Amino acid sequence: MLDKNGIAKRIAKEVKDGMYVNLGIGIPTLVANYIPEGINVVLQSENGLLGMGPFPFDGEEDADLINAGKQTITTLPGSAFFDSAMSFGMIRAGKVDLTILGAMEVSQNGDIANWKIPGKMVKGMGGAMDLVAAAKNIIVAMQQVNKAGESKLLANCSLPLTGVNCVKKIVTELGVYEVKDGAFHLIELAPGVTIEDIKAATEGELVIAV
Amino acid sequence: MINKVVANADAAIKDIKDGDTIMLGGFGLCGIPENCITAIVKKGTKNLTCISNNAGVDDFGIGLMLKSRQVKKMISSYVGENAEFERQLLSGELDVELIPQGTLATRCMAAGYGMPAIFTPAGVGTEVAEGKETRNFNGKDFLLEMAFDADFAIVKAWKGDTMGNLVFKATARNFNPVMAMAGKITIAEVEHLVEPGELNPDEIHTAGIYVHRIFEGKDYEKRIEQLTVQSVKI
Repeated sequence: MLDKNGIAKRIAKEVKDGMYVNLGIGIPTLVANYIPEGINVVLQSENGLLGMGPFPFDGEEDADLINAGKQTITTLPGSAFFDSAMSFGMIRAGKVDLTILGAMEVSQNGDIANWKIPGKMVKGMGGAMDLVAAAKNIIVAMQQVNKAGESKLLANCSLPLTGVNCVKKIVTELGVYEVKDGAFHLIELAPGVTIEDIKAATEGELVIAV
Repeated sequence: MINKVVANADAAIKDIKDGDTIMLGGFGLCGIPENCITAIVKKGTKNLTCISNNAGVDDFGIGLMLKSRQVKKMISSYVGENAEFERQLLSGELDVELIPQGTLATRCMAAGYGMPAIFTPAGVGTEVAEGKETRNFNGKDFLLEMAFDADFAIVKAWKGDTMGNLVFKATARNFNPVMAMAGKITIAEVEHLVEPGELNPDEIHTAGIYVHRIFEGKDYEKRIEQLTVQSVKI
């Protein structure tokens, strides 16, 4: 079974040289720590930056330089700033190669729910709806079961949707899935996980393809 | 020479009236018009509709206007990190319209480009699409979203000249340039106000034609929401 860093490390293998990548908040942010040596990618932050660098050194932080999670960050050689309309313009136009984000639920046809739980305070979708509606390749990083022990890989999402028919791949603590032809195709098992574990944690249509 | 300089924030916002719709630039607390927010709180204007990506925090940014009950409606993409906001929302005192961040930016852009509406894929198949026209282009569905119609846009820039030309710094640019283009009246507060000719025309982000009033702000706090640092310099 993978921990959060293990999930991030596994997703980092999906990042190819030359890609422009948008990382969501949470586990996706950790992916930046595991991008292999020799793979050069440009991280896009939707508040208006291409070429996001690491956190600044203590005392060198700049209030005018943050990422979409409102964390202080740095730029790298070759970075570029732009306004929010251009930022989402490049997202909509398909210039961003890969989007990695978290989810509360994913359905077997690739629908994703990650912004709203009825009855709880709703904070908003931020840029998630724009990203999932337009990105060429969307990978979801998530825990496969919720705190109540229920599967988050479903036949149909029960929560309000963020986007439809858009998720291509999912990496959880238990395994890696491709989402296609109306099913979750298990293509990798995490260390120490059995097919029985996978079946118990998958509510939607499952195809074993390991 | 055209001169758009006003004395201060109080003068810049003097004719904002109860019930107006105002846009406020910024992402989180980054690049927000601190001086104008303070002036609006002082003036006490009520029943405002605010278009802004976020709603500030409890004791800073738009949070200050919420605290003094000046906001009737917020149009935002994300409104976390604000307990007073949550309280007013749950008690029904505050109306909130949550829209995708790219839709928010592009509805500003449309207004600034003189276009009545845009088509975007964001929100197709979700509750955001309810009641909106959907059109299929080349096999993909898009939602019709209207350009914003705001009485005032209030933006914060790093530098500006007396003719209203603006230069933004780093990610404090965010929504500011598109909102500057979108207001019927646009107010810019800047950290450094300079004379025409001091800004390189090639490096101006917002042309002065969009800006009606400009002033040099003071006492910028530039609060950091999430301070993240590395402790050791290698």
